[in-house]
Amino acid sequence: MLEPVTNHAGPTLLAVSDVRKAYAKGDRHDLIVLDDVSLTIREGEIVGLLGRSGSGKSTLLRIIGGLVPPTAGDVQWCGKTVTGPCEGVAMVFQSFALFPWLTVLENVEMGLEALGVPAELRRRRALEAIDLIGLDGFESAYPKELSGGMRQRVGFARALVVHPRLLLMDEPFSALDVLTAETLRTDLIDLWIEGRLPIKSMLMVTHNIEEAVLMCDRILLFSSNPGRVVQEIKVPLQHPRNRLDPQFRKLVDEIYALMTQRTDGRRADQGFLGTGIGMVLPRVSTNTFMGLTEAILGPPYNGKADLPELATALQMEVDDLFPIVEMLQLLRFVDLADGDIRLTPQGRRLADSDTDERKRLFADHLLTYVPIVALIKRVLDERPSHRAPFSRFSDQLEDFMSEDFAEQTLRSAITWGRYAELFAYDEETRQFSLENPS
Amino acid sequence: MAFEHPAAAVIGWERLRPNFWDFVAFALVFGILILLAQAGRETLAPLASVQQTPVSLDPAMLPEYGLRTTLRMLAAILASLLFTLSYGALAAKSRRAEMVLIPLLDILQSVPVLGFLSFTVAGFMALVPGRVLGVELAAIFAIFTSQAWNMAFSFYQSLKTVPRDLEEASRSFRLSAWQRFWQLEVPFAMPGLVWNTMMSMSGGWFFVVASEAITVGDTTVSLPGIGSYLALAIDDKNLVAVGWAVLAMLVIILIYDQLLFRPLVAWAEKFRFEQAASATQPRSWMLDLIKRTQLVRALARPIGHALAQLSRISTPGRVSLSEAAQRMWPSRWVDGVWIAVIAVATFYALWRIEQFVTTEASLGELGQVALLASFTMIRVIVLIALATAIWVPIGVWIGMRPRVAEAVQPIAQFLAAFPANIIFPFVVIAIVHFRANPDIWLSPLMILGTQWYILFNVIAGASAFPTDLKEAAASLHIHGWRWWRQVILPGIFPYYVTGAITASGGSWNASIVAEVASWGSTKLKAHGVGAYIADATAAGDYPRIVLGVAVMSVFVLLFNRLLWRPMYAFAARHLRLD
Repeated sequence: MLEPVTNHAGPTLLAVSDVRKAYAKGDRHDLIVLDDVSLTIREGEIVGLLGRSGSGKSTLLRIIGGLVPPTAGDVQWCGKTVTGPCEGVAMVFQSFALFPWLTVLENVEMGLEALGVPAELRRRRALEAIDLIGLDGFESAYPKELSGGMRQRVGFARALVVHPRLLLMDEPFSALDVLTAETLRTDLIDLWIEGRLPIKSMLMVTHNIEEAVLMCDRILLFSSNPGRVVQEIKVPLQHPRNRLDPQFRKLVDEIYALMTQRTDGRRADQGFLGTGIGMVLPRVSTNTFMGLTEAILGPPYNGKADLPELATALQMEVDDLFPIVEMLQLLRFVDLADGDIRLTPQGRRLADSDTDERKRLFADHLLTYVPIVALIKRVLDERPSHRAPFSRFSDQLEDFMSEDFAEQTLRSAITWGRYAELFAYDEETRQFSLENPS
Repeated sequence: MAFEHPAAAVIGWERLRPNFWDFVAFALVFGILILLAQAGRETLAPLASVQQTPVSLDPAMLPEYGLRTTLRMLAAILASLLFTLSYGALAAKSRRAEMVLIPLLDILQSVPVLGFLSFTVAGFMALVPGRVLGVELAAIFAIFTSQAWNMAFSFYQSLKTVPRDLEEASRSFRLSAWQRFWQLEVPFAMPGLVWNTMMSMSGGWFFVVASEAITVGDTTVSLPGIGSYLALAIDDKNLVAVGWAVLAMLVIILIYDQLLFRPLVAWAEKFRFEQAASATQPRSWMLDLIKRTQLVRALARPIGHALAQLSRISTPGRVSLSEAAQRMWPSRWVDGVWIAVIAVATFYALWRIEQFVTTEASLGELGQVALLASFTMIRVIVLIALATAIWVPIGVWIGMRPRVAEAVQPIAQFLAAFPANIIFPFVVIAIVHFRANPDIWLSPLMILGTQWYILFNVIAGASAFPTDLKEAAASLHIHGWRWWRQVILPGIFPYYVTGAITASGGSWNASIVAEVASWGSTKLKAHGVGAYIADATAAGDYPRIVLGVAVMSVFVLLFNRLLWRPMYAFAARHLRLD
């Protein structure tokens, strides 16, 4: 199924070549967000950028939209290098980005203002876009009077009114509830296949695998840290697509497998940015760890689950699920292979025991497999006062990662260390210590 | 199909027919226009005319005086707005300008500008010699200096916090810098700007009273206005006239509050960024009236349209520098040059100040002034503590009862707008009568006008205190002192700190007016740096004014940095409820 893309939709609209994006931090390391990304978009196709949060796909979209300059490499739009937002490209935002002081009509007209379209024509085109996207009757409403779905419709109308050749979408449905998102997706696809959208191509960023398979003709799979295109997947299904179609399910399973596959030589910490002390830890609560292991141990999975199935059952998306799963994998409580998740013997014990036993087991694994927790414990043990300030560790982490990541990593270490009763932490004084309040 | 769209329908004659509300609005608008024209003509009169027709204590003159004063304040507000839009935008857009402009604003905010009045008057008189306009401009400038800073600061902060997605959207749709300014940045800053403009207007009253009767050298020019009227009444020991002035001021505040600020606040509500509709919407009968009129709205439409067009003018997106310059401009090297220039300018300025001050006063006087400033600081601390002890419990009590809060809020706002210095004469009479110690009894005047900020904010904090926490405390039987200490005080602390910062800043400023007060020939004086500056001003002793103002500024800055900032940071870190 995952054959290389051969058929070319139409002439090339956009060409991204060797784009790299790095943020300078300190003097030692640059934080590389995107590394050597190349892709092309042709007329008549919907392309998806699929990856985890932090894989740089939104940054790539902004580079293409001319909002962020690349550190190296080059983006060609209709044969010209992109240096700023281009004519013929419009964007839809995850957070809608509507102007709260403008009515629906004014918001939609705003897209035309910079183009210097005369007022009368502006009004007419705006009303057409509003009609098209199903916002009739809401022209004079303010965004705050609208539901999320209606707001995003305004976002679409505002982008479509400029008649762009390429529509960029940054996770356009992820701020909506499940039902609303689905309606909006199918409405958009319907308009697309009926040829009623004044656009040539769409490029959308998503972390939702099913959404990508439902909408896109071509999916570019992004790896995290740094962001790279690791795979190009063609979706050979006809629109409108059916989620229950066995072929659809198979494709979803395959992509899940691709996103969790353990290739040779990769270790359990494959999903993490950095190694050793420099490993960036996700913010996951211990309740979630325990909840997930219990869910896998219980029926119907009995210790082994299919990830897409599990995600659907738990109503979680890739972005929510992967960090938890990978952290559990790092702690050797689960094994991941080809889209399946399996509890290890230790994982079974964790899911099955009482609170005290759980904490002991969790503490053991933390100390063995999470270097920063081991470091905190060692420093506290070695110091005569058994105390150490927050900055002792955050400074060290900042040698390896950005300030934000260091903060996040240390916060996670604190949460887990507290749960495992390895150490105590006082936020007032920002001090680690070994004693627990009595 | 688009032409038949209801929103695109041509405005029919039906909608142009005037209604009753048009009549009301018509009367109001033209009444104001005529008064404006009259007042404008008088400012062009030669200076001698003011001296020939001195201010009279006849209450019948008060409407005219009130109008003149209000116009001065409005002119100052307009100037402040222009200043705000340019200064705030420059500081927010240019990193290098920001390095200088923001600390400068911080200082300007804490400098008691009242002390500089005599400097500026001379300058403006020279600008328009022999005309009333020069003095008018000086007065307007004095009021401006009391209004502009917090407005500029609020605007700058809004610009710095424009939501990223809106900023990206406006860039993605290729709005030019000019379009973005008017369509995104100014609207986003609007609620804060309107609120601060209102605060500034209230603050300005304090200065009107001081700035209308201006002494230049040996001659005193009294501009016709409520401030001069009041000054004359105090000189003449005419208690009835003082009463009339108070009454006139009450009426004026009521009028502009209802006609100008209520509608503005209600209108600015639509620029609030919160996506969810808030529970209580500020309302204004004036705005409702305008909305209900038909003819006035139709007449105003072309103006609104023209303004909208103006905001839509597409200017060239960005100035294209040569590539070498583009690479050079943001570099550290240029930063270094810039910082060096600032440093040189700073040292030169310090040297000039030192030179200027030592022409009159020896540097030894510095110690004495610092001592006086300490007296004033003790006053400020004690007064803030007293105001806290009084208003925090009252504010909590009010804030916990939404009904009461709703009723009290407009009254408190009105009291805050009321210039406290107008009741100084009464206090002076009382002090003289009871032979009280002015060092103690003049002090409360400093906080008279500013204590309301504490009350406002505490009420706001207590109203915003989450109901579930209240219920949790009740179900855990937390009562009495424990309830105050563990439940409500931490809950309102961030609000309280905000209010207390404003109150303390205002009190420092007010000390210049409050530490010296007079009634006819009786003059009361407290020991403090405010009195020192006031004395130097009266004597036209510029070096001492500079010395006093500089020392006070240093104290205010230290006070803010060492006390309020840490408290604010603590509140923001630990006690936020959202």
